[in-house]
Amino acid sequence: MSVDQATVRRIAHLSRIAVSDEEVPHLQQELNSILAFVEELNAVDVDGVEPMTSVLPMRMKKREDKITDGYIADKVVANAPATEDHFFLVPKVIE
Amino acid sequence: MTDLTDLTLAGARDALARKELTSVELTQAHLDAMAKARVLNAYLAETPDKALDMARASDAKLAKGEGGPLEGVPLGIKDLYCTEGVRTTAASHILENFVPQYESTVTSQLWRDGAVMLGKLNLDEFAMGSSNETSYFGPCISPWRRNGSDAKIVPGGSSGGSAAAVAARLCLGATATDTGGSIRQPAAFTGTVGIKPTYGRCSRWGVVAFASSLDQAGPIARNVRDTAIMLRSMAGHDPKDTTSVDLPVPDYEKAVGASIKGKRIGVPKEYRLEGLSPEIQKLWDDGIAWLKAAGAEIVDISLPHTRHALPAYYIVAPAEASSNLARYDGVRYGLRVPGKDITDMYEQTRAAGFGKEVRRRIMIGTYVLSAGYYDAYYVRAQKIRSLIKRDFDIAYANGVDAILTPATPSAAFALGEKGAADPVEMYLNDVFTVTVNMAGLPGLALPAGLSSDGLPLGLQLIGRPFEEETLFSIAQVIEDAAPKIEAPARWWA
Repeated sequence: MSVDQATVRRIAHLSRIAVSDEEVPHLQQELNSILAFVEELNAVDVDGVEPMTSVLPMRMKKREDKITDGYIADKVVANAPATEDHFFLVPKVIE
Repeated sequence: MTDLTDLTLAGARDALARKELTSVELTQAHLDAMAKARVLNAYLAETPDKALDMARASDAKLAKGEGGPLEGVPLGIKDLYCTEGVRTTAASHILENFVPQYESTVTSQLWRDGAVMLGKLNLDEFAMGSSNETSYFGPCISPWRRNGSDAKIVPGGSSGGSAAAVAARLCLGATATDTGGSIRQPAAFTGTVGIKPTYGRCSRWGVVAFASSLDQAGPIARNVRDTAIMLRSMAGHDPKDTTSVDLPVPDYEKAVGASIKGKRIGVPKEYRLEGLSPEIQKLWDDGIAWLKAAGAEIVDISLPHTRHALPAYYIVAPAEASSNLARYDGVRYGLRVPGKDITDMYEQTRAAGFGKEVRRRIMIGTYVLSAGYYDAYYVRAQKIRSLIKRDFDIAYANGVDAILTPATPSAAFALGEKGAADPVEMYLNDVFTVTVNMAGLPGLALPAGLSSDGLPLGLQLIGRPFEEETLFSIAQVIEDAAPKIEAPARWWA
């Protein structure tokens, strides 16, 4: 399988990565090179094989559903690019 | 007095306990060496004040005879581990100013046991690379050079800074991480020892995520014993990582030096790649001979799905990466580039914040997970992963204790030599290491010889799940039998 330029733009948008018009042909070539590399997997017989869901056969540990920390709002927002009163600020999303 | 940076981790630990030197002296010697070696770009951040504070605290404990297993030992930390109050970048522009408010579990265990932090080590951006060339802060340079050449050689990746710092005597040991070979390939390229333990052996909490079902923390150090000492402190169950395993942590150092008589060592025929360099083939044959001489039994085995591991990895790893890296949105932490609306803000932020290789992998991952392609790519790759794991299960069920292979298809290459035209060329470096991540197994790389142009070459040992001790015992036999590799000449100092 290979991707065309429209698909490259669609993937970039789904990935939330801006791409310029000049980048598209180059990206298309690189992505197709990787897709060609994985193409051989289509020849592998996987009938009746379960997809791996856990690397090791172990039950996931569960913990009690209770609050273990909190009251650290200063720390939570410490690295945010824009905040006000412990809220994250984003560009306006509703007109 | 000999240079304190030439001590092994075990040697320094014992000398500190006997009060023959202080942690402040040892730490200062390393800080001095780091200052002279900045041309290698191994450290993204040096933390001398913190290091000396920690060293003084260790000296106080040692004076009272209360030292922990790593008391006063100076280490380097891969800049993928969050360190409280110390900038952690993942070698990415998007995290250039990120200062964690918490400490990763693995590093907190190192400090619990008395280790001293020297600084944060360079890596490929978000650990995506095999040469340390994708770092936003510039490539790390290997202390090794080819005979009669001053061409800059890569230290491997993604843990290139960790491997280079250990090889150049800029720390006694370093933390690293391995998603497809990122501990073992740089260890092999720099003549150091690295182990990726079994998936779940070390907590991933506080380590910047790349591909969560493949990522595992581990150490790089100068020899087998030093690596065993570090792993004991790094490993262990953590309630904050549900995939970390609740099993007791053995004293790995006790396994170093144990007899391997009667151990069955598998040699997989599928790793004899067409066109494998005669140098690598000879290294492998040497390894087989050394283990035979130590009383091990060599068994030919087959791992028939080996050749599919690398393509399947380049579906699974980008898929998980595209999901993990969705968190970098310019809102909660990291870089923000303004846009005309919120979507444009996301897109501009991520275009500017991620480097080329990271953007490429996010896009591949997004594609293979997108509607209509999920079954054809992702589900198929996960089925192939089951087949790869089954190959190992069968070999181990037939009584094989460990598997011996080369660590890399070649010695280290020069900067800019690979992957410029085609990203796949760089991916092929991981052909011997990636199967181990796909199956969640432990794998250890160690030096076993030099190439014709004077660069280190490494062998890899693959073990049964949670049997790292067997790997340490076998690795020590190889270390004892292999020609001793001298430290690289200090051309930078």
